[in-house]
Amino acid sequence: MTTLTAAPGTGERKARENSPGAPRKRRSGRLRRIGLPYLLLLPALLLELLVHLVPMVIGIVVSFKELTQFYIRDWSTAPWAGLDNYSLAVDFNAPIGEALLKSFVTTCLFTVFSVGLCWLLGAAAAIFMQESFRGRGFLRTLFLVPYALPVYAAVITWAFMFQRDNGLINHVLHDQLGLTDSPPFWLIGDNSFVALLVVSVWKGWPFAFLIIMAGLQNIPREVYEAAALDGAGIWQQIRRITLPSLRPVNQVLVLVLFLWTFNDFNTPFVLFGEAAPESADLISLHIYQSSFQTWNFGTGSAMSVLLLLFLLVVTGAYLLLTSRGRKTTDA
Amino acid sequence: MRRIRAAAVGAVTLSLVLTAAACGGGSSGSEGSNEQPKTLTYWATNQGANLEVDKKVLQPELDKFEKQTGIKVKLEVVPWSDLLNRILTATTSGQGPDVLNIGNTWSASLQATGALLPWDAKNFEAIGGKDRFVESALGSTGVQGQDPTAVPLYSMAYALYYNKKLFAEAGIAKPPATWDELVAAGKKLTAKGKNGIGAEGSNLSNNIHQVFVLGKQHGADFFTPDGKPDFTSDGAVAAVKQYVDLMAKHKIVAPGNAEYAQNQSLSDFAKDKTGMVLWQTASATFKSQGMNDDEWGVAPAPVQSGKPGTGTATNSMVAGINMAVFKNTKNIDGAKKFVKFMTSDDEQVILNKAYGSIPPVKTAQQDPAFNTPSLAVLRETLATSATALPQVPEESQFETVVGTAVKELFADAAAGRPVTTESVRAKLEKAQQQMPRK
Amino acid sequence: MPSQSRRQVRSPMAAPQSFLWSRRIFLTLLAGFVLLPVYVMVSSSLKPLQDVSGKFQWIPSGLTVRPYFDIWETVPLADYFVNSLIVAGAATVCSVTIAVFAAYAVSRYSFRGRRVFTVTVLSTQMFPGILFLLPLFLIYVNIGNATGIALFGSRGGLILTYLTFSLPFSIWMLIGYFDSVPRDLDEAAKVDGCGPLGALFRVIVPAAIPGIVAVAVYAFMTAWGEVLFASVMTNDTTRTLAVGLQGYSTQNDVYWNQIMAASLVVSLPVVAGFLLLQRYLVTGLTAGAVK
Repeated sequence: MTTLTAAPGTGERKARENSPGAPRKRRSGRLRRIGLPYLLLLPALLLELLVHLVPMVIGIVVSFKELTQFYIRDWSTAPWAGLDNYSLAVDFNAPIGEALLKSFVTTCLFTVFSVGLCWLLGAAAAIFMQESFRGRGFLRTLFLVPYALPVYAAVITWAFMFQRDNGLINHVLHDQLGLTDSPPFWLIGDNSFVALLVVSVWKGWPFAFLIIMAGLQNIPREVYEAAALDGAGIWQQIRRITLPSLRPVNQVLVLVLFLWTFNDFNTPFVLFGEAAPESADLISLHIYQSSFQTWNFGTGSAMSVLLLLFLLVVTGAYLLLTSRGRKTTDA
Repeated sequence: MRRIRAAAVGAVTLSLVLTAAACGGGSSGSEGSNEQPKTLTYWATNQGANLEVDKKVLQPELDKFEKQTGIKVKLEVVPWSDLLNRILTATTSGQGPDVLNIGNTWSASLQATGALLPWDAKNFEAIGGKDRFVESALGSTGVQGQDPTAVPLYSMAYALYYNKKLFAEAGIAKPPATWDELVAAGKKLTAKGKNGIGAEGSNLSNNIHQVFVLGKQHGADFFTPDGKPDFTSDGAVAAVKQYVDLMAKHKIVAPGNAEYAQNQSLSDFAKDKTGMVLWQTASATFKSQGMNDDEWGVAPAPVQSGKPGTGTATNSMVAGINMAVFKNTKNIDGAKKFVKFMTSDDEQVILNKAYGSIPPVKTAQQDPAFNTPSLAVLRETLATSATALPQVPEESQFETVVGTAVKELFADAAAGRPVTTESVRAKLEKAQQQMPRK
Repeated sequence: MPSQSRRQVRSPMAAPQSFLWSRRIFLTLLAGFVLLPVYVMVSSSLKPLQDVSGKFQWIPSGLTVRPYFDIWETVPLADYFVNSLIVAGAATVCSVTIAVFAAYAVSRYSFRGRRVFTVTVLSTQMFPGILFLLPLFLIYVNIGNATGIALFGSRGGLILTYLTFSLPFSIWMLIGYFDSVPRDLDEAAKVDGCGPLGALFRVIVPAAIPGIVAVAVYAFMTAWGEVLFASVMTNDTTRTLAVGLQGYSTQNDVYWNQIMAASLVVSLPVVAGFLLLQRYLVTGLTAGAVK
């Protein structure tokens, strides 16, 4: 995405780089200019390598090994398993593969709903609050509260509210409004999907709000004024100016929301404990169970690698699609 | 593209170098050394009401140990939620404590990693001999026929706790001794608008403890003698069904219990909503929930018929905490001295008294502190009718998959879906297929 | 505030009623949704344990402030809080600084490997974090053995981990914000005799403050709430809040009221910090106006 953003400016930049920025000491200056970007990237690169890339490669290696509790003390002794871990994970007729597939589908559904709702609430709130009104500052702080609470505290509070017999949700739905014949379960059974979604959106939307709000600051006021002179009402301004201007922010925001939600571990783990109900069995929790609780890291890694491949494909397709759309609007 | 490939090759090389180095780390010093004879690191489990209580109980004892031996013990109380993962990372990296507490049901699983010091005759000699310990507690220290991987520290057993007030209201004269009596009592309580018995349907290990005991009573083990999973035998199916039927068929467990995993059943009990619970050492919890000691009674957990004993008259698992030594400790002699100190008669009495558990050391058990009515029941159960959970390396997997199966069955029952022999068998079949293949 | 509101006026035309009413309704509902759990936390934190573990009541029947005193006894909350503050604070500062440099390089220079860099950075977000855990632990232990720098169990290791967690997104986000800063601005600065870093700090960073603040808030919250890595990479002296709060649910009991009270107490400073930062989230307008 970034390369594409920069693409129109490349020619201009080339010219700029050749122009004498500092006339004195031109040669060493050029050397420094060539080296500088790499120098600037170096800390980020080293850290990513250490904390993300190397462990990721180790994970991929492990996915071809039979790393169970018998071998975790010395990983090099774990026998090679070939593709066994993978065939176990994708054998959709056997319980392990079937459960993985189910969990995958659940996660996809969950991610689509959660990201969609988070973005919708965040964008709507940010746009409604673009203009000043009384209480705006207060609301802005209030809306960031879910984000400021430690994840554990927030999710455990929701778990507390979702209790069947003593929780607030059933107190309202069943006792006060009388909508149900008997108090429904939220933390086990099919409703747990809804419960997870609510918690995830509650916790996630303020982030979208924050990012979109920051993005809105970069829209020059003159554009709105010009539109207003042309007779565009406020709704039209939002549709014609605000939303299109948010495009670059949205592109990154939706993508990272998607990746995080897909890989979210903390929320279901705190909400459901060690075994999530089938209808809310998100893939990261599922992999955690298949590796940590059963101490079989080979299979868990194989599942992770499959997940990585899937996300790579989706992200690639997403970037291609969104940037193509972008180009046409740019033109 | 070429650059991507170059980067990938670089990353692979780097990681291989690092893994190779890592492997060196894990296996160094396989039998321990005495490089640092003056210090020990000790991971304790959370036994008291909270972590701070544990520190207050243990620190004076550790100071005593330091005075005796000059060895300073650095204590960390590890919460249960983190303990297994902490042990796992310690095992993988070789960077762990010298001495640690483990849940005794994990013994065989951890034994398989080879990271813990085996307690052979020589090592047992160093702490006063194997025969100081109660037989049933030793049964939960690792795979049969191998040297134990840990030494019993605290013991606990299941018992039936009943709410005296609710029993009086429902006209139940004496606590039930068999499951039939328990169901009858439960129905009397239900008729009074109370819940018969509490269950923690979403607590996997509790589910396992309950169905394991019922399995024993139906003559079923969940593993064959050579250690293969055997979850679908008639006895196992009957056991799981009998437990879930307390809710599904007899309706003496409130449906809400299906989602309990944080001891809500105990708080229901303390609030006079539930008449009975099957639990291990619950007295401290009742107290903190505002229940006086004279408001509840305790009786041996029920059996199918007759009196608790061995075999099909088993009425509890052997619950408790074991103490283990990490093989690559840098103070092996000090670690053994510390284990000896913690399992000495005096310390056993002090510690078990503080935690409301039973000493697994025979001589310490004689102390009058463990002869109160509530503890006597637990002590008697441990001595005569408790059986250790299967001592197989896959025990933790077993807890996860079968515990989850029971949880799902409870969810079915709570939602009003029928729980039949077939549905139970299907769930257990699925659980069995998720076990690692041998 | 008045000068700000003048700047915020979007059009000479007054907003129509339909807009105002939609805004009122939407924001009220949203505020309700956000506040509901907060209300539950506040009211539960003021109830005795027996009441909290009983049926929910909108209006607590018996109020007590005991939980607010008990929280300090049950777990060493103050220590955990300080740990979290150090870890999250350091991770934020490092992460934002490193990300600013990296984003500047990508946004303002064309060099070989730019695309590889951005794609690689993004791909790190795709592997489930739980599988990093053991390899990362191994790496830290080995670095410790090789160099004597103790990374596992120390705050340093956790800071390092968290700062890399937030780094990819921070870089991506900042590239976007930097791109939107007109190039003429830093060109002009360079003509005035600023070096490349001078242009970055005198022109681009001030113009991208809202983005940087948003990214900083994100980096802070990532480190503030992370549970899994903190649970195995810390010990009782370095334990962070995210893990420490679990101490209120012990083997025997769940102190709901104390969990809620402690969560509120530790979140208060963070919310206050947000309140202060808010100002900077909107100052970007000034930067835009320069143009």
